[in-house]
Amino acid sequence: MKTFLQLLGFLRPFLGGIGLSVLASTATIASSIGLLGTSAFLISSAALQPSIAALQVAIVGVRFFGISRGVFRYLERLSSHSINFKLLANMRVWFYQALEPLSPARLISYQSGDLLQRAVGDIEVLENFYVRVIAPPLAAILITLGVGLLFGSWNPSLEGVLISGLLLGGIAVPIITYHMGRNPGQTLVKVRAEMSASYVETLQGLADLLAYGQETAVRQRLGNLEQKLSAAQMRLAWAGGSGNALGQMTANLTLLMVLIIAIPLVSTGKLEGVFLAVISLVVLASFEAVSPLPQAAQMLEACLASARRLFELADLEPAVKEPPKPLPAPAAGAISLRNITFRYDESLLPVLQQVDLSLPPGRKIALVGPSGAGKSTIMALLMRFWEPNSGTIVLDENDYRLYRSEDTRRIFALVSQSTYLFTATLRQNLLLAKADADEADLVRVLDQAGLQDWFRQLPGGLDTWLGERGQQMSGGERQRLAVARMLLQDAQIVLLDEPTAHLDAITERQLIETLHAVLVNRTVLWATHNLVAMDWMDEIVVLDGGQVVEHGTHDRLLQSSGLYAHLWKIQNSELIPDL
Amino acid sequence: MNIDPRLLRQARVAQAAILLTLLFGLAGGLLIILQAGNLGALIARVFLGGQDLQQVSGLLKWLLVIFFLRAGVTLGSEVAANAVAVQVKAGLRELLLEKFIRLGPAFQTRHESGDLTAAALQGVENLDAYFSQFLPQIILAAFIPLSILAAVFPRDLLSGVVLLVTAPLIPIFMVLIGKLAEVLTKRQFTALRRMSVFFLDTMQGLTTLKALGQSRNRTEKINTVSEHYRRATMSVLQTTFLSALVLELVGTLSTAVVAVEIGLRLLHGQLGFEQALFILIVAPEFYLPLRMLGQRFHAGMSGVAAARNIFEILDTPETAARSQSRSVLRMPADENAWIDRPICFEGVSFQFPGREEAVLKDVSFCIQPGEMIAVVGRSGAGKSTLAHLLLGFIQPTSGKIRAGYQRMQDIPIEAWRHQIAWVSQQPVLFSGSLLDNMRIANQGTELSEITRAAKEAEFLEVVDSLPLGWDTPIGEGGMRLSGGQAQRLALARAFLRDAPFLVLDEPTAHLDPRQEVLLTEATRRLCTGRTVFVIAHRLQTVREADNILVLEDGRLVEMGDHSELVRKNGAYVRLLRAGQEEG
Repeated sequence: MKTFLQLLGFLRPFLGGIGLSVLASTATIASSIGLLGTSAFLISSAALQPSIAALQVAIVGVRFFGISRGVFRYLERLSSHSINFKLLANMRVWFYQALEPLSPARLISYQSGDLLQRAVGDIEVLENFYVRVIAPPLAAILITLGVGLLFGSWNPSLEGVLISGLLLGGIAVPIITYHMGRNPGQTLVKVRAEMSASYVETLQGLADLLAYGQETAVRQRLGNLEQKLSAAQMRLAWAGGSGNALGQMTANLTLLMVLIIAIPLVSTGKLEGVFLAVISLVVLASFEAVSPLPQAAQMLEACLASARRLFELADLEPAVKEPPKPLPAPAAGAISLRNITFRYDESLLPVLQQVDLSLPPGRKIALVGPSGAGKSTIMALLMRFWEPNSGTIVLDENDYRLYRSEDTRRIFALVSQSTYLFTATLRQNLLLAKADADEADLVRVLDQAGLQDWFRQLPGGLDTWLGERGQQMSGGERQRLAVARMLLQDAQIVLLDEPTAHLDAITERQLIETLHAVLVNRTVLWATHNLVAMDWMDEIVVLDGGQVVEHGTHDRLLQSSGLYAHLWKIQNSELIPDL
Repeated sequence: MNIDPRLLRQARVAQAAILLTLLFGLAGGLLIILQAGNLGALIARVFLGGQDLQQVSGLLKWLLVIFFLRAGVTLGSEVAANAVAVQVKAGLRELLLEKFIRLGPAFQTRHESGDLTAAALQGVENLDAYFSQFLPQIILAAFIPLSILAAVFPRDLLSGVVLLVTAPLIPIFMVLIGKLAEVLTKRQFTALRRMSVFFLDTMQGLTTLKALGQSRNRTEKINTVSEHYRRATMSVLQTTFLSALVLELVGTLSTAVVAVEIGLRLLHGQLGFEQALFILIVAPEFYLPLRMLGQRFHAGMSGVAAARNIFEILDTPETAARSQSRSVLRMPADENAWIDRPICFEGVSFQFPGREEAVLKDVSFCIQPGEMIAVVGRSGAGKSTLAHLLLGFIQPTSGKIRAGYQRMQDIPIEAWRHQIAWVSQQPVLFSGSLLDNMRIANQGTELSEITRAAKEAEFLEVVDSLPLGWDTPIGEGGMRLSGGQAQRLALARAFLRDAPFLVLDEPTAHLDPRQEVLLTEATRRLCTGRTVFVIAHRLQTVREADNILVLEDGRLVEMGDHSELVRKNGAYVRLLRAGQEEG
């Protein structure tokens, strides 16, 4: 119920439009009722062979309703779609604003899977909320009241039967249909998802499966799923078909009841005979108002489920609290971590334990250690994606938390393991780093990042469309584009979070070379598990299991033969051949 | 009108269900006529004949029977239509799966991450609406109006003519307007799709936006983009809705014309009331199935679009088929004996069907039993194509592969692959337990065997560290293995397979040093005592190889062991230097 009310809240700005659109949709159904009612009246009266003048009104009515239905339907569709688009736009903005402070700490699990995609899909499901859930019952109520009044003018028991029939068709039938379809419907959705996952998995792993002679097993597994899917769909078809039959039955039985009541009334002269045909056809036509309601019930459930997931996500507590009275944006200065301990979740082991690190301007520090040592976590804490459980980060001799997170983030430029590129042009992707950069700036940073050759061969230059998430770029090119963005940002401190982790050895070396060239006079914190060109760094901090185990220059660490010296030895036996 | 003949041919698997759908459609039409006739008679007798409830109770009872029959037909046609859809979908998916198996993994890698294939499989679901809604509606649209016409003509010629003349207007308008609307709607759907892609893109890139300090500005952008699309879409919808208006008008106005026309003739006594009422009751029922067809048009359209994707895949040319001839004389024991003989590539070329350039050009070499062969070359040089040929995923376009005197294509592929263990660069893990993932290599093995294989692959420590051990679920919703762990699981599979021939694709990217050591040791153990064909990315590996193949643009340019090739100072040395100095 709470979710429903919350959803209704989104409709508030459109109350006027909704009113008009519901009226138009009521008028559409009323026109069909009117068309059949006046037609029946016309031929019934004509059968008594009165003068043609007596039929004029009915003829005009028939012609009017013949045209008005289409017109009202047109108006209704136009207004409801317009409301829908605005609603969807509002929901997108709302959802984005709700998610923005949660990123990335609270959304990690969402971004890894396709849950985020589902959330976006959920918003699209809500598009149906107004047109298919809210509007039809409102129109049905108005129609029920209208035909009730009409029948009441002839006879109260006729009114009673028709209204009961419509209530049955509008409330009981949807509820029954909904309950019948619910289980098979849910099973179907589940099996369908399972099936699609299974196929994707099979196709991705086809090489392994064929190599291991698993063809028969694959056929069997997918065949079983197919059977499950078919069974679920057939159960749903039985349920859906029964629901339709039930709705049709309700309308027809109401007609029968109405006839049984009306026939004696005609025989005894309490009801004029000309109205018998009118009553019959109006009964059948008025059920058009309740026929979309079973679908509305189903849609309501889908909308509520989607809304619940969205609200749940939007109600999450941000990982980073903003200070109530922030200090002005920090100027340049030294930054240091003091006695930092951090765990991603209370139930997990700490990822960082009592870590101290200081990064004075102009210094280049390498963070090395095996994967899982806590290197990326330090980066995330500096970017203020999370807050440490204990210890402080000090910037300009102030506690980090006294600044707005946006202001502290601005002093860093981050290049991470994998670069997200937006489905947009090269220019748009670059301008994200510096909105007011001019063309010369963009070309300059592309050159510096070693992308000049790649850039020259682009058909549309800076306006080349990078395609869906920049997929047609190679890993090395994507990382170089991230470097170009970093250069544009012109931030005080450069954070490199294993920027070469997903590259092959050749590309890695080339990128490291480029980075060395562009970072000469910059303050750098470079996380890496690959110990290449370490003598370029001023200081090396070795992490293991969330703790700083060693630090010093490359030469000193090699002499002290600790973890660093060990890692160095392993790696060098790999990479330097004796040619 | 959206009736794709090839798609219909697929429906042959569901003949019985289609027949039922037809019968139910026909029965539905007849019942509508019966109901209208009955109701007309009933009202006429009471209204004009002055009969009371008692006298018409027979007709009322008939009406009740008709109502029940109609409910049965409604249920039956829904079930029959879904049965058609279910059977056709199952048939298509089976065809697709077999095609994928025949095309092999090379096809997957050529299409970006198997996008097309996934789309086709989901496309099969999109066909659901085509078979369960659109096709049955075509049947209804054919049967019901025809049976109604057949009933109206004997009763009243003029009304029959009005119905007959106006009926084709609906499909004609639908086609005329539909053509225009189709183009517009398609454009608009693409626009809307783009809008939702834009939004998803923003959400997925939120961290990047935040890191770049742009996350707040984005709200405005979402608003403008949404508003832009709303305006564009609404202006198009005004046109498409107008087309719906025309269709609606044909239906309602024709009903109105019929009503007035029969009313006037009633007045002059040229027509009986009962007939007139009958015609009035069936007139809307006459147009309804035609109008519904318009509404389901879209389901038909997207079905045809989905089908196009599916047939495109089914039509993909396959590489040369394996020899199916059973006439080749061979002893059953012979099937596994090939492994003891040298495997030779003789002038092998390979070209993907429909591609201009060959991936492999005239490659010849031999692998002696027990030897370790390493292949090196830049990416795209044809290394994995060689491995795919060895595994029998594809067949050479020209040249041949022989094991001793026997051609590879004459050895049953199952027997061939049975002797091979394959470790890919990015091992694919399947949803299920760790144990399930091991058993892929060898079904029905003892747990002790599996544990031994895991131990050899340095994977057992991973299993032992898990509370659920071998039963730990992985894949979707389960545990995630790190790159190094997944690699070692793949090695463990190969140990379990215990095949004499090993095809190995080394990982290109570096793992962290500890993982690297574990992996190297396990790999070395696996190679001992086996014939090995390795796509090498580690210098250590090539140094240990008995023979190194250097590929350049699909050609085998150098061959020999490490020291020979270094002495030669050619392509091999250039390749190593690239890794060394260019960076």
